[in-house]
Amino acid sequence: MSVIRGRAWKFGDNVDTDVIIPFKYKARTLDPKELAEHVMEGLDPEFAKKVKPGDVIVAGKNFGCGSSREQAPLAIKAAGVAAVVAESFARIFFRNAINIGLPVLEVKGISGKVDEGDVVEVDLFAGEVRNATKNVAFKASPLPPTVMEILRAGGLVNYLKRRRKREDQ
Amino acid sequence: MNRVDVLRDEHLTFAEKILTLKQVEENVIKRSGEIAVVSVDLAAGQDGTSPLAIKVFREMGGGKVWNPDKALLVIDHTYPSASSQISDLHKLMRSFAREQGIRLVEGSVIHQVLLEDYVAPGMLVVGADSHTTTHGALGAFATGIGSTELAAVWLEGSIWLKVPETLRVRLDGSLPKGVYAKDIALAFIGQVGADGANYKSVEWRGDAISKLSVASRATLCNMSMEAGAKNAVVEYDSVAKSYLEEVGRSPFVVVESGKKAEVEEISVDCFKLEPVVAAPSRVDNVKAVREVEGTPIDQAFIGSCTNGRLEDLVEAAKVLRGRKVKDGVRLIVTPASRRVYYEALRLGVLEALFKAGAVITNPTCGACVGTHLGILGEGEVAISSSNRNFIGRMGHPKSQVYLASPATVAASAVRGAISDPRDLL
Ligand code: SF4
Repeated sequence: MSVIRGRAWKFGDNVDTDVIIPFKYKARTLDPKELAEHVMEGLDPEFAKKVKPGDVIVAGKNFGCGSSREQAPLAIKAAGVAAVVAESFARIFFRNAINIGLPVLEVKGISGKVDEGDVVEVDLFAGEVRNATKNVAFKASPLPPTVMEILRAGGLVNYLKRRRKREDQ
Repeated sequence: MNRVDVLRDEHLTFAEKILTLKQVEENVIKRSGEIAVVSVDLAAGQDGTSPLAIKVFREMGGGKVWNPDKALLVIDHTYPSASSQISDLHKLMRSFAREQGIRLVEGSVIHQVLLEDYVAPGMLVVGADSHTTTHGALGAFATGIGSTELAAVWLEGSIWLKVPETLRVRLDGSLPKGVYAKDIALAFIGQVGADGANYKSVEWRGDAISKLSVASRATLCNMSMEAGAKNAVVEYDSVAKSYLEEVGRSPFVVVESGKKAEVEEISVDCFKLEPVVAAPSRVDNVKAVREVEGTPIDQAFIGSCTNGRLEDLVEAAKVLRGRKVKDGVRLIVTPASRRVYYEALRLGVLEALFKAGAVITNPTCGACVGTHLGILGEGEVAISSSNRNFIGRMGHPKSQVYLASPATVAASAVRGAISDPRDLL
């Protein structure tokens, strides 16, 4: 995975899974495309229309708090968002994002340093986030090796497939 | 590393001990912050998360679930189905359960099913539902996971977990009349914030705990999730012992947190507590009922895995017996399981609630998660015994939800406005 470069969409603290994707949508479909049409609807009904592939979400504390619904990171990923950078994440959202291969980085102090529309570069493996518009760079909290391996594989499905193949050989 | 030494070690926390003992490959003591790959004793999923897990399980090339006896599927989020699309997802779960030989329970809320029939002290429980933290009420290490992870657990029977740091909450003194476990939980979340226990293991301690029932302990552990907790736990004691004896469950291992372990500690003086609510639209927006008293409501909901157990319905009935729900207000009562429903029926509790004007639904998540049986319209206000009041949680994005104890919800239903239950008890 090379460096991600995209426009930033800003959100505040405690963005919960009910506003990311309300249960009524996730209850009836497994199709990520359909979920993507309603992503972030609770905070910005127009978001799904405005967001472009490769864009990056920059948010405050406790992003993704609430339910264990994996449809939350799935909807974000299916909408084309390439990475989520936040001050901190709620734990299940963080695990889910990694497992489905949506890059997530925890960067303390990021929300004050990025404005909506700024161009942001994310280097997942170097653990670095750069605001290209303002020309400042930040270090992300490092991820444990197991987690990095899952992200490198593009998610838990591929990770396990590869590992099982290795074991068979 | 010797098992008995680990169990006796006064410097290890509950989470460190249990995650050390459950390791699959390694045999070293795991301290907080380290990653442990552990074997799972019980993996549960519900109809909001399992259909996706089944899809992913197939993508992973999964043939057979590692151990069907340790897996459980529950249809509770929308039961019975409210649309043909949801029915199709339920069908998928039924056929998967049949094919794999996994037990499928329909029409009781997942966490109540687990408490009634499955969880024992010292177990490692994962559930594709965030409120899996509930099961610390019986001394298990229980945590919520996502759908892809559930699929991976079905495949391998194990999972990687970071050993959490511990936040010990001491509850001192006894609870005043009209104040319940829900008020303790909300006061705690108000104090530490919605991310105050993020990634942490919350250990509920203190002399007030020993007086709480397993049901009340489940409320505490369930709500710990709303402060971000990875797991929550109440140590096994005589109360848990008699509960387990009553339901005839054994054998199990008791894991006690070390007295000299390094933990963060806070305390709550129970005798100082009063009835509280979490005001819209954040669980940590906690206020005394007296501060918001008189706020008009359209709907009152008593149910969910937080407060839909027998003792909750009994407390609500104490308030409602011989009184009437205010005209124009709906009181929806949803017992958390078929067993709760039956007991409440047998004891005349449902009769009292019905006579007061309540709508009694079948056990389901229903109103709690805004899928059916009590969806709020634009601008409507609800008071609910459930655990989340996020924007749009119970229906329209412009509806509002206050969270409170079942007694406070019942008192509010009588007055048609948020009310302090102490005035009616
Ligand atoms: S009752 Fe509510 S919180 Fe509990 S499992 Fe069901 S939807 Fe989740």
